[in-house]
Amino acid sequence: MKRTTIFMGIAAIGCFLMSETTTAQVGKPFIHDPSTIMECEGKYYTFGTGSGGLISEDGWNWNGGGVRPGGGAAPDAVKIGDRYLIAYGATGGGLGGGHNGRILTMWNKTLDPNSPDFAYSEAIVVASSDGHEDNDAIDPGLLLDPTDGRLWLSYGTYFGFIRLIELDPKTGMRMEGNEAIDIAIDCEATDLMYHDGWYYLLGTHGTCCDGANSTYNIVVGRSRKVTGPYMDNVGRSMLEGGGKMVIAARGRLIGPGHFGWINLGDGVQKMSCHYEADLDQSGRSVLGILPLLWKNGWPVAGENLKAGTYAIESERRGYALELAVDFVRMPGGMRGFRRDPNEPIVSIPSQTLADVAQTWPAGNIDVRLGDNMARPHQKWTIVPVPESGGTLGGPYYKILIEGTDRALAATPDAELVAVPAFDGAPEQLWRIDQLTDGTYRIMLKTIPNSDKTYALVSIGDSTPTLAAFDGDSDNSKWNFRLQH
Amino acid sequence: MIRKHKSCLLAAGIGLVLGLGLREQAQASQPYFVPATTEIKTPDSKGFIQRWMLLEPIHKPNPRNTVFVDSYLREAFATEYFKDQFTVLPKDGDKVKAGEQTLRWHALESTNYNVKLFRFADGLKKEVYGVLFWAVTVVESPSERTDVRLAVGSNSASMWWLNGEEVLLMSGDRRMVVDDCVSKRLTLKKGRNIVRGAVINGPGMSDFCVRFLDEQGAPIKDLTITQTAL
Repeated sequence: MKRTTIFMGIAAIGCFLMSETTTAQVGKPFIHDPSTIMECEGKYYTFGTGSGGLISEDGWNWNGGGVRPGGGAAPDAVKIGDRYLIAYGATGGGLGGGHNGRILTMWNKTLDPNSPDFAYSEAIVVASSDGHEDNDAIDPGLLLDPTDGRLWLSYGTYFGFIRLIELDPKTGMRMEGNEAIDIAIDCEATDLMYHDGWYYLLGTHGTCCDGANSTYNIVVGRSRKVTGPYMDNVGRSMLEGGGKMVIAARGRLIGPGHFGWINLGDGVQKMSCHYEADLDQSGRSVLGILPLLWKNGWPVAGENLKAGTYAIESERRGYALELAVDFVRMPGGMRGFRRDPNEPIVSIPSQTLADVAQTWPAGNIDVRLGDNMARPHQKWTIVPVPESGGTLGGPYYKILIEGTDRALAATPDAELVAVPAFDGAPEQLWRIDQLTDGTYRIMLKTIPNSDKTYALVSIGDSTPTLAAFDGDSDNSKWNFRLQH
Repeated sequence: MIRKHKSCLLAAGIGLVLGLGLREQAQASQPYFVPATTEIKTPDSKGFIQRWMLLEPIHKPNPRNTVFVDSYLREAFATEYFKDQFTVLPKDGDKVKAGEQTLRWHALESTNYNVKLFRFADGLKKEVYGVLFWAVTVVESPSERTDVRLAVGSNSASMWWLNGEEVLLMSGDRRMVVDDCVSKRLTLKKGRNIVRGAVINGPGMSDFCVRFLDEQGAPIKDLTITQTAL
């Protein structure tokens, strides 16, 4: 029994450490220049430089198996109607080599290589560079303009300009008579997106392909027109090298590049990229999926919640999620307004779990919201549960009262409760997505005996519940305040 | 007759040489440069200096730009490659000896805000990768100006001097970005001010852009770019 307890303790520490350091995807997520992630028949797909690609059942655990013929560099993908259009660059070798690149497109009805419908159309050339002009036709990025259905493709690398052309969304071919437009310099792996009346051009700056020393980073400019000019936050054109930072190295994940946009709706957006080097995975290039936030009209990479101990505060009122237990006063009281300013200053210890735990019931405890006093009944240790899988870009978490195994869970009638011990049941697993405004959605994996998808909601200032998520309401949004 | 014939031959020879020179210049120019003239030249609408004396690239092989750390660059830019490289005000067509290379100065005006050194070298059929470029220009200021800054973008690393004083070192594997690095506050003298730059690159598309900014960060445009001597 004691041995088991020790093992569990070590396992818990191991999980904690792993989750502290691993924020890229799990599995074998080894890829360079991942295309925009596509969902197809319940699975997720991304393709990379070279050939092939990654497949994921849940969006968190990624492994090889994707099939893309043609080789070449930095593909992209977009779904148009019931088909997928894949674009890729056939390169002459990059800087120091040839620059007579070609961009090709091809269709497939499905991305599942095991499907009987899986068959790529013959690839067709939509752009090229002659090896001497100020452009190297590789690294395509696709945008199906949601405002008018027109299809655009940006391409190019450090050799001269990034260019924009228009394709026919029915055929994937270049629109007849279309002339390429120069829209940026000194980028690689560009991509385009449309958001709230603006077109955004994402480009990768910095040094590629140097492992832990790669300085890759992703920058952005925006324009009211898809054809540009794309300007950065200080009014500098991307034709002048301008660009506002979206993401650079963070922690042990070095050199993010090749942006891809995933809009999940309800205020949840993600971005995909690769890191040139994951120092926890042999310095290999790996897939990254992160929340995408919007600040003052500019996209910026958010963070998957790191393991730690937090106060969980409602955006509605700012109250903290807590166990419904007696409030235990700390010793001492008001220190008075007119005390001697020269009296010795002492540090007062924080209230600890041991100070209060004996006052808590042994069984289930209700959960409510209250004034955030940074007390033990309000401190939640949030840790990924690797064996429980995840969702697009993130793992499932368990949410425990710090220093205990007491877990936040759902009751069969979709209310909240803190159960004495975590057992890995679906009603104890939480999906945590950072929203575009920087707050978080906290969503239960499964409600017992229900197919409803519910999130943590502040139904009253002091009353939490589980209910449908409403991205337009602060009732559905939460913040995490790190306690240590 | 014979003398005349000789004179004709000489004239024809000079013409041939000049013609070759112009053709060479034209090759270097299109469409990125035009030959510099003696006409008054001011910075462009955003303050960028387009008239420069450019030296053909010095052979400086580097297979990757990862070596461009500060200490490497300080040594590389302190090395004397040709006589009087930190003080010379060259004329168009002047030649220098840099090791085994004989290199020529070209008086050019960029047709863009940036000076595309890669295209300058490529047009002359010179090395484009693993190279070191030198650039010089003369900026005439109508009055003394204090608290100005030299703003530079360069691909790749570079060093810049104003009136003989080092004012910027731009290290690393760098892309050209407008106003990427900006000097500390400087004083532009009334009259001639000499701007000198050295740009180094391995496998990159060398270029640079240079302008002066005033105390408020606005580009200074009421300057005259006389460029040494044409």
